[in-house]
Amino acid sequence: MTSAVDPTFNLSSSVAARPDAPPAPAKIKVENLQFYYGSNHALRNINFEVPEKRVTAMIGPSGCGKSTLLRIFNRMYDLYPGQRAEGAVLYDGVNIVGKELDPTIVRTRIGMVFQKPTPFPMSIYDNIAFGVKLHEKLNKAQMDERVEWCLRKAAIWDETKDRLHTSALGMSGGQQQRLCIARTIAVRPEVILLDEPTSALDPISTSKIEDLIDELKQEFTIVIVTHNMQQAARCADITAFFYLGELIEVAPSDVIFTNPKEIKTRDYITGRFG
Amino acid sequence: MSSLAVRRSKDYAVKAISTGFAVLALFLLAWILFTLVQKGLPALGLNVFTQVTLPPGQNGGLLNAIVGSLIQIGIAMVIGTPIGLLAGTFLAENGKTTTVGHVARFVNDILLSAPSILVGLFVYTFLVAPMGGFSGWAGAVALAILVIPVVVRTTEDMLNLVPVGLREAAFALGAPQWKVVMLITWRAARAGIVTGILLAIARAAGETAPLLFTSLGNNSWSTDLSKPMASLPIAIYQYAGSPFDDWVSLAWAGALLITVGVLVLNVASRLFLARNR
Amino acid sequence: MDATMNGTGSPSAGGALESISSARAVGRTADAIFVALLWGCGIFVLILLGLIIAMLFEGGLPAFRNFGLDFLWTATWNPVTENFGALVMIYGTLFSAIIAVVIALPLSFGIAFFLSEIAPESLRRPIGVAIQLLAAVPSIIYGMWGFFIIAPLMAAYVQPPLIDLLGPLPVIGLLFQGPALGGGMLTAGLIMAIMILPFITAMFVETLESVPPMLKESAYGVGATTYEVYKNVSIPYGRTAMVGAIMLGLGRALGETMAVTFVIGNATRLSASLFAPGATIASTIANEFPEAAQGSLKLDSLLALGFILFVISFIVLALSRFLVRSNLKS
Repeated sequence: MTSAVDPTFNLSSSVAARPDAPPAPAKIKVENLQFYYGSNHALRNINFEVPEKRVTAMIGPSGCGKSTLLRIFNRMYDLYPGQRAEGAVLYDGVNIVGKELDPTIVRTRIGMVFQKPTPFPMSIYDNIAFGVKLHEKLNKAQMDERVEWCLRKAAIWDETKDRLHTSALGMSGGQQQRLCIARTIAVRPEVILLDEPTSALDPISTSKIEDLIDELKQEFTIVIVTHNMQQAARCADITAFFYLGELIEVAPSDVIFTNPKEIKTRDYITGRFG
Repeated sequence: MSSLAVRRSKDYAVKAISTGFAVLALFLLAWILFTLVQKGLPALGLNVFTQVTLPPGQNGGLLNAIVGSLIQIGIAMVIGTPIGLLAGTFLAENGKTTTVGHVARFVNDILLSAPSILVGLFVYTFLVAPMGGFSGWAGAVALAILVIPVVVRTTEDMLNLVPVGLREAAFALGAPQWKVVMLITWRAARAGIVTGILLAIARAAGETAPLLFTSLGNNSWSTDLSKPMASLPIAIYQYAGSPFDDWVSLAWAGALLITVGVLVLNVASRLFLARNR
Repeated sequence: MDATMNGTGSPSAGGALESISSARAVGRTADAIFVALLWGCGIFVLILLGLIIAMLFEGGLPAFRNFGLDFLWTATWNPVTENFGALVMIYGTLFSAIIAVVIALPLSFGIAFFLSEIAPESLRRPIGVAIQLLAAVPSIIYGMWGFFIIAPLMAAYVQPPLIDLLGPLPVIGLLFQGPALGGGMLTAGLIMAIMILPFITAMFVETLESVPPMLKESAYGVGATTYEVYKNVSIPYGRTAMVGAIMLGLGRALGETMAVTFVIGNATRLSASLFAPGATIASTIANEFPEAAQGSLKLDSLLALGFILFVISFIVLALSRFLVRSNLKS
């Protein structure tokens, strides 16, 4: 299969072509990445760049490898024996898939929010404090401040400020997901990975999360995996289309959804398969 | 070809017999409990809790046996719970798909149902004979060996019910494994794990055979773990087989105590689990 | 709106961070210790079983050396002449355990049918739990109850008519010989049947609940009765696991000690009769151990008995587990 990804394709310049987007340097650079589940070659020869403080969407049919790639970015695959990555994922120029780097460091810089909300079985406050305490020693006042800060960032401060010490399991699904985003922000990562963050939510909660993503890109680099093409079109600056473990096409979202270069991409976004 | 009427009556008969069997099982439980209350309650005076075992006719009690049981069960839980918890966690986490994990899971299933008297024999040859005598320690170790597989099994089962996403979410925040396990996974499964520990206590409390050749029993007051130590099941065993009526009555009183204790633990742990799910 | 941005409590993201390659992971030592502890405890469980087998074998070795393999099929147990053989106990162990399974089996099939198909939804759990409580009652309680309540009833109402009725028959009459003492093989088996019944029933119910509803519905769809679905669909579907459950019950009965010791009569003679006093390996160990001096051939022989019991139980329990798990996989 031939890949349409031109190795010389310069994201920064194409993003810069949009009037509202100043050039952005690459925060994550994927080079010749291969990934294996045991003997199953799940990702083949991936090369692409995630620009800083932009929203990058990864789309494609189920099993295309988009979630796999996301889980490589924060070394989630390390939890499972038999899964391995070859090649390089450069984060600020440092290869983060190499064995020499501790995954906990990578995960501190690159946070992740999952498909289903995953509140810990503890209070709202403790959910946020859990991650912060792992890496920093804060006194009570500083922790209070941090909790408020990230809950405001995740736009649920008003809903939670009076019930910080009640169980997080009592929140609605949409609130739980925003709490999970707040929890991720609280650790002060530079990159936030979102793995189909709205697929378990109703339309209203979904639109709140989408608004939130728009806010967050001021400060964070965001990578989102989604099944929902409208969502990618609405939220993402860059969209990458994956198919059968290969990166087929990557381009600014308005380009990929209006004038894709590849036939496969066109077929997918017009709903002809997948 | 049997006619519809025959098939229907057969169905009806089997249903009636099955219901009868279930009623029979309930009746047996009631019968055992009734016997214990009928024979044990009259003998359950204050002396049972305030007096140690005395020669027949002297109105002795079971104080030394109750305390001895509590001490040995307590130590058994202190030894067995952490080992069982960690081994169960190993089976559910790091060892899940490894060869060591598969074999350990198999071995644990065997230990769970292995004859408890053999655990007593083992501790005898391993501890009692080399140390030169029966002791409370040996009894506690024997009970700990019975406690471990119960805790391992429930811990593994309960941890497997914790959603993978919860663990991954904790890891994604940059948490090391020990924090993920101790602060998130154990916490999410704590109702089930506590239930397992309560069931393990109930098992240890009722076991007689493993204590026969380990802590042996002791008719006088002793809290010295390096000496033979009394326990409720052993006292019941000695007294029930004696020719003295007052000793046999005391055995029934002990039997009532132990059964009520064990059944309450069982019911409480199930209710606890049902409410915290 | 952002919260106020002072102190370390509310930093902006992506601030002045050191390069990721120079960052140091904290808590790595703690993690290494924790992982080592997990592996250590997992391996400890393995070693524990190995140690139990090894110690029992080593303890019984002098007896095996002394009597050779004849130990297995010698029916003598004579502490005075120091002549020991395991046959009576092996026979008693297997015989009483098989009686227990034979009695428990129809009961378990019936109760499992009741719990999974007949009982109203609201009663299933309480009745199921109550039956499980039968398994929680300590075995010494069964021993006392059997000795003081059941054995006298057997002696008065069950054994005499059976001896009179079936005793004179050829072959089958051999099972119904001797005086009605109340205890013996049948009484021991009966008590153990009650003890293993909850285990077998619980696993039956679990298996029955795993039968795909569609399978049952299609049988109902062609007009089968509840019993016919149970017999022709549910039981065949779960038969491997159900055999495994029966083996588990057998394994439990083989090693049962206290309940048996009270009622079996503890006679080291070989008899085919259901009513004759006998002995199992476990009851013999419980009974004779206190009289065995350390280093004596008797003690060695008891340990050898223990080893034999371990081997038998191991085989039965391993088979049970294999059957139950293989059913779960398919």
